[in-house]
Amino acid sequence: MAPHVTIGGAAGFAGDRTDAAGPLVEALAKAAGPRFLMFETLAERTLALSQLERRRDPSRGYNPSLERFVGPVLARCLADNIRIVGNFGAANPRAAALRIQTLAREQGLRPPRIAVVEGDDLTSVLSAPELAARETGGTLLRNATDIVAANLYLGARPIAEALDRGADIVVTGRVVDSALALGPLVHAFQWRWDDWDRLAAGTLAGHLLECGAQITGGYFADPGVKDVPGLPEVGYPLAEIDADGTIVIGKPAGTGGRVDRQTVIEQVLYEIHDPAAYLVPDVVLDLTDVTVEEVGADRVRIAGARGGPAPETLKATVCVDAGVLGEAEISYAGPNAAGRARLAAEIVRDRLARRAPNIQFRIDAIGIASILGNDDGALRRPWDADATDVRLRFAARGARAEDVRILLDEVEALYCAGPAGGAGVRRHVTPRLASASCLIERAFAAPRVTMIEGPE
Amino acid sequence: MSKATVKLRDVANARAGDKGNRLNVAVVCRDPRHYGDVARALTVQRVAEIFASRRPAKVVRYDLPKLAAFNFVLDDVLEGGVNSSLGLDGHGKSLSFLLLDAAIETGD
Repeated sequence: MAPHVTIGGAAGFAGDRTDAAGPLVEALAKAAGPRFLMFETLAERTLALSQLERRRDPSRGYNPSLERFVGPVLARCLADNIRIVGNFGAANPRAAALRIQTLAREQGLRPPRIAVVEGDDLTSVLSAPELAARETGGTLLRNATDIVAANLYLGARPIAEALDRGADIVVTGRVVDSALALGPLVHAFQWRWDDWDRLAAGTLAGHLLECGAQITGGYFADPGVKDVPGLPEVGYPLAEIDADGTIVIGKPAGTGGRVDRQTVIEQVLYEIHDPAAYLVPDVVLDLTDVTVEEVGADRVRIAGARGGPAPETLKATVCVDAGVLGEAEISYAGPNAAGRARLAAEIVRDRLARRAPNIQFRIDAIGIASILGNDDGALRRPWDADATDVRLRFAARGARAEDVRILLDEVEALYCAGPAGGAGVRRHVTPRLASASCLIERAFAAPRVTMIEGPE
Repeated sequence: MSKATVKLRDVANARAGDKGNRLNVAVVCRDPRHYGDVARALTVQRVAEIFASRRPAKVVRYDLPKLAAFNFVLDDVLEGGVNSSLGLDGHGKSLSFLLLDAAIETGD
């Protein structure tokens, strides 16, 4: 049995740093035991955006940064048997696998054994009304006509199977993020699928790695209160996991950031609801007895995860078209900037009340109050008379771009017809997707693992 | 230890996360000796008041004494969430700082 397994968490979202993997691979190459490099690049809406891209071009639909994530470390990973597991397949894992094959060929490397995990896409399995009947906590799907994406969260089993079958690289679409670590751990330690405490520990390891630098000093720094050394070159996390499920989190030597009790506990609870029942397809994780202990410089031991039997149903995220978001901004600076911004806001409100009374919009005064307020436009603080640099932001939603154009036009017209010194208008219309959660019976989950052999 | 009024930010860290229209804010005491102070100060009612402008449908507090931490889960505070909010921060990532600004009493 392997002494311990080392997993590097090289990405926490689709737009994460593509140079984070380099130092991880350097460290992994020196580690004893099985080594894995994990890329989590698939937030809730990312997959639906990828699906839209696949509709436009059937050869795309995987993470657009795939080449930049994998390319720089592919040679070293293949040479040193560091196996890569990533959900960067997004809406088209097969195309992503082919792209990686091509990358290897272009770099003169041996053809990697790539496994593709499919079966998360429900659009050909359940109809829109069948999905609507399974929606939880809302009724978004009741009248939905255009389902952009419907994807089941698969668990770690197909990933472990792919590694058992000898994959150098496992490319998935939607799997629960933590499965990107649990799959390798089950493969390496041959944990049983009813060894709930081990599965819970592996899920916790994945949870701690799945947001990249968020456990090594990212999303943490508050200068003077919570300082992080070397944040510009923050190291991404390395997890060493023992066969008993004990986890040690660290980071590559020579990188910035910090790993201690504070950074780790913040991430233990990140996006958690009931800490006693974190549901993933393979297990229910209970965090209430987890202990976190500093065991060295930038090294923290995490133990005590407990597990319960896997849930009966699986979660799916379903995305539907949700029209557009229209935004327009204009700035006022210098003496009485706030007064002029306030007058500009009143002008737009006044004109739209008579010309487009049905449009609902929000106004933010960036520099005074723009983040902690609410959509009703009720600012949490009154206009600050001392502000000398205010950027007004107007935002509205509509079914189509035409529905929000009048608001954007009114903001732009403030240039000549509004208060003095109005500057820097920008306007954007962004398509939107709305997402719903469904609970799906396991009978509809049929994950498939396909080995993509190298080209001749 | 004498009584003092401080900001939550002086004794604890906080991190916000989202799932749809639901926000969680994890509060972690930098020194476990402040666990009791934070527990007394950040009642469910108090947190609901702090987030009143977002009209939470429900606030639940989970206590994690072994981590000297709390997890607050607030329903329906993200204006529909990242997919439908008109605001700049549909994820609610900034909202941990709303909580960190709360005044709390320390000491006995």
